[in-house]
Amino acid sequence: MTASAPFGARIASARAAGELVVQPRMGFGDPGLMRRGLEATRAARAATVGTLTLDSYTRVGDHASARRAIAEGGGGLNGYPIVARDRDDTRALLGGLHAPDFPVQVRHGSAAPQDIFRALIEVGLDATEGGPVSYCLPYGRVPLERSLENWRESTEILASCAGPGRVPHLESFGGCMLGQLCPPSMLVAVSLLEGLFFAAHGITSLSLSYAQQTSAEQDREAVRALRLLAGELLPGVDWHVVLYTYMGVFPRTAAGASALLARSARTAVAAGAERVIVKTEAEAHRIPTIEENVRALENAARAARDTRPEPPGDGGETYREARVLVEAVLELSDDVGTALLRAFRRGLLDIPYCLHPDNAGRVRSHIDDTGRLRWSDTGSLPLPAVGAPSRRSSVTSANLLETLSYVERRYDSAVR
Amino acid sequence: MRSLITGDIPAPERAEILLSGTSSDAHTWNLVFLQLLLEEAGHRVANLGPCVPAPLLVEEALELAPRLIVLGSVNGHGHQDGLQAVRALRARPELALVPVVIGGKLGVNGPLTADRVRELTDAGFDEVFGDADIGAFVSYLSRFELRVAS
Repeated sequence: MTASAPFGARIASARAAGELVVQPRMGFGDPGLMRRGLEATRAARAATVGTLTLDSYTRVGDHASARRAIAEGGGGLNGYPIVARDRDDTRALLGGLHAPDFPVQVRHGSAAPQDIFRALIEVGLDATEGGPVSYCLPYGRVPLERSLENWRESTEILASCAGPGRVPHLESFGGCMLGQLCPPSMLVAVSLLEGLFFAAHGITSLSLSYAQQTSAEQDREAVRALRLLAGELLPGVDWHVVLYTYMGVFPRTAAGASALLARSARTAVAAGAERVIVKTEAEAHRIPTIEENVRALENAARAARDTRPEPPGDGGETYREARVLVEAVLELSDDVGTALLRAFRRGLLDIPYCLHPDNAGRVRSHIDDTGRLRWSDTGSLPLPAVGAPSRRSSVTSANLLETLSYVERRYDSAVR
Repeated sequence: MRSLITGDIPAPERAEILLSGTSSDAHTWNLVFLQLLLEEAGHRVANLGPCVPAPLLVEEALELAPRLIVLGSVNGHGHQDGLQAVRALRARPELALVPVVIGGKLGVNGPLTADRVRELTDAGFDEVFGDADIGAFVSYLSRFELRVAS
């Protein structure tokens, strides 16, 4: 039997010790390699939690293909097939590793994760992530309404495993939304609304996410905004904030990549995020090795130790905008899922450049002269219109590529 | 399907080019880029976005009757997913003649070999563009006469 190891309690103990928790995004099809990856993560000189990232067959529910790949040794899979793999094999993989000082989280990417949630509960795990909006709109054409229904069922499945010593934990991926070019206030609002959705369906321990963007100052503001809003809207719930190291086009040089990683760890500590999910120096080139992951974890922890928390502050413009967005959505229905659906239909929530049929697609964004992400066109968002509507026509295929590589160029050129 | 340049929604039947990701590819930014490129060349575009299974692609192609179908893929499975997609399209007599092209990072080990490109054209693609072939793609597009504003 796998030991009980509440994820939220591990984060709380690190917070009390003044340590930033660092976490890889790591998954292997081969159980031996997966176990070695978890062992190396646990042994890293840092406060770590483990990750079991699933393969893309499992993500889309094609467990027959996952089983065929397992029969061929499992090495051809790009992650761990937790549903197709025998439960005893997974329990053995986790045996002696998944423990109160090292809980393991399952990361997947599914808009219909019911089977995944059942399987992870069966092997003794209780921490995972995603969300009805964040694992739907950016990744295909599953209708938002169906994703909300899948996620309601899945959240309730996860919540139902609560028991003595067992506190299920769910993290919203809402702070990522297409990885780049989404203004922080929208990321904060989506993550918070997904957190409210989880809480409404029985989750008592959750995390809210935010992905590092183009301006460190704006990122700190966004983390503070998330904390302020969570404090106001999630009373009685155990919550923390997780920061993802940059999810867009990544620096190609090792020095540029590790400078960007270090920046994310410093942002987390300064603004009060408790956990960081790291990227490695290999990000721009290939799937990282276990050793590259460990190096990234230790580099992030080192940068964190050199940084002091800043006074909380007021969350600035990001807080004010995010609050208006969240309030406008919550007014649409007493049920958060229904409110989210109506909000996207009316364009009160709208993700720039997202091609999903349920996204209104009326908003645009740009990076301003100071490096901050801003709205160029607020579409039907409940936010003030932006001047100079001609900006919209300035989006071209050429400057889109330039904008997408803004962070990569800044970090790579600084080290050349 | 909203224009990225003008923000207008063209009536579906007026979309000239059907643009789509492949079934296993969740990337979006390559498709946003291609839509802008096509619109800059004067075309109306219906962009289906990422992770489009072959049956859905066929359904949309039958409904829109586009003048050109463009598939973009950057996850390394473009060769495999592209074969399935084009076979499904060519299996429908109504779609036997519409030009279909694919481009991007199509294999996991860099550019496709000549043999693998031939597999794609044999299965029904009119053109196969590598990751660095944007220029060739743009000049291919110039064969399609622009819509004249009335």
